[in-house]
Amino acid sequence: MSEFFHMGGYAFFVWTSYGLAAIVLIANIILPMKRKKEILETLKRRLRRERS
Amino acid sequence: MSEASLSNAFFTILKRDLTLAYRTRTEMVNPLLFFIIVISLFPLAVSPDPVVLRSLAPGVIWVAALLATLLSLDSMFRSDFDDGALEQMLLSVHPVSVLVLGKVLAHWLVTGIPLLLLAPLLAILMHMPSSSVPALMITLALGGPILSLVGAIGVALTVGLRRGGVLLSLLVLPLYIPVLIFAANAVSNAAAGLAIAGQLYFLGALLAMSLTLAPLATAAALRISLR
Amino acid sequence: MWLFYHKLGSPRYFYNLSGKLLPWFGWLTLLLILVGGYWGLVLAPPDYQQGDSYRIIYIHVPAAWMSLFVYIVMASAGAVGLIWKMKMADIVASCSAPLGAAFTFLALVTGSLWGKPMWGTYWVWDARLTSELILLFLYLGFIGLEAAIDDKRTAANACAVLALVGVVNIPIIHYSVEWWNTLHQGSTVTRLDKPAMDINMLIPLLLMWLGFMFYFGTSLFMRARNEVLHRERDTTWVKELVVE
Repeated sequence: MSEFFHMGGYAFFVWTSYGLAAIVLIANIILPMKRKKEILETLKRRLRRERS
Repeated sequence: MSEASLSNAFFTILKRDLTLAYRTRTEMVNPLLFFIIVISLFPLAVSPDPVVLRSLAPGVIWVAALLATLLSLDSMFRSDFDDGALEQMLLSVHPVSVLVLGKVLAHWLVTGIPLLLLAPLLAILMHMPSSSVPALMITLALGGPILSLVGAIGVALTVGLRRGGVLLSLLVLPLYIPVLIFAANAVSNAAAGLAIAGQLYFLGALLAMSLTLAPLATAAALRISLR
Repeated sequence: MWLFYHKLGSPRYFYNLSGKLLPWFGWLTLLLILVGGYWGLVLAPPDYQQGDSYRIIYIHVPAAWMSLFVYIVMASAGAVGLIWKMKMADIVASCSAPLGAAFTFLALVTGSLWGKPMWGTYWVWDARLTSELILLFLYLGFIGLEAAIDDKRTAANACAVLALVGVVNIPIIHYSVEWWNTLHQGSTVTRLDKPAMDINMLIPLLLMWLGFMFYFGTSLFMRARNEVLHRERDTTWVKELVVE
């Protein structure tokens, strides 16, 4: 198993690339989710204010 | 009053811009001074040794010409935008792209030609072999208009912005790269005595393309920015 | 077909449609990338020349391909927005720009990380890496212009023109960089060429490529839906949506 992580001596390069790819890809999913919650929150608050 | 023909409108715009530029001719000198100063920085920064300078010269001169044009681009539409002349131009019956071509031609005559005339002096400054000076002049003659034409698109896109200057360079410099590659290489090949027909053909092709397409894009961009 | 195309123009229809598609795209992306990644990292044989360092290809090549694909999507969406004045197309174009920049950045970094074990330097002025770098500048120019113009409508149109000018210039830039690269070719061929691809190496690459495509769809839909909600916040259907 450790041989797998060793990646034939290139562990640093392979895992940094994959790690960075994971970060970039996941970030571009999490950010829109957070932004959606934010938009809905502000909209709810605005509606509540308009209604009251 | 005779119906103003297209060429008539084109030349009036050209004449108007040239007279305007002539009135503020001290301003015309700025890009040239910038061109000389930037180039003379390199011997101080790198080394005065002629061999080193000779190998650097084509690239340095062309990058300096590129940046000088970039700096002078802003003046193309800025004054007309501020006093509303640009809106008048957009309302004219003639196709805007031809009027834009007139303004770009005026800009090139005001900044491109002086750079061209100054090039031999700088070739001496940078110890360039005399065989490469004609190549430098030809590439500047072919490349200069491309820089103005493509730069006009960037200026038209950023004319409405308060601080469009830095953004202009970010938009336009990537589009200048093909011209820089072929021109700088043509000059260094000429210095080595090699044939440069291929590079000049490519620059000519780029010029033909920019002449036809760039004014259209600039006209569209102007119409958008001034809405 | 035309009815679908025009209905797609209405933000509400797009919002509902993308809402239905999103879970499918999401799970498909996850599946493809996990399978492709596992296959590429574990099952695919090491390259006889580059050993295991070539496995970076499973991120580098799909990302590089996507960076160009997304720019073309951006330019065509911009063109549609410019010609038919379709607000949705503007939203798609402005939402795909950051994604394209992310793919380009990813392609650049993985390219340099792949270059280090092979040539000992992190950056090689290789034709493709250089074109990728210039493409990143084009993306940053697009995002910069969009951020600089306040009015949404003008910003979208100006960026559409810039994207169209950019897409015309991309082949020219790529050709001149290729030509420039062959000119200054060092004695050792420093081409970032793909190693000989036997079938076991090729399939994970296709899986990862497909995974990246669906990933682009997922993230674009999410961003576009947010933008629709934000821009249509005064409409009744958005208010009803929020109340639920």
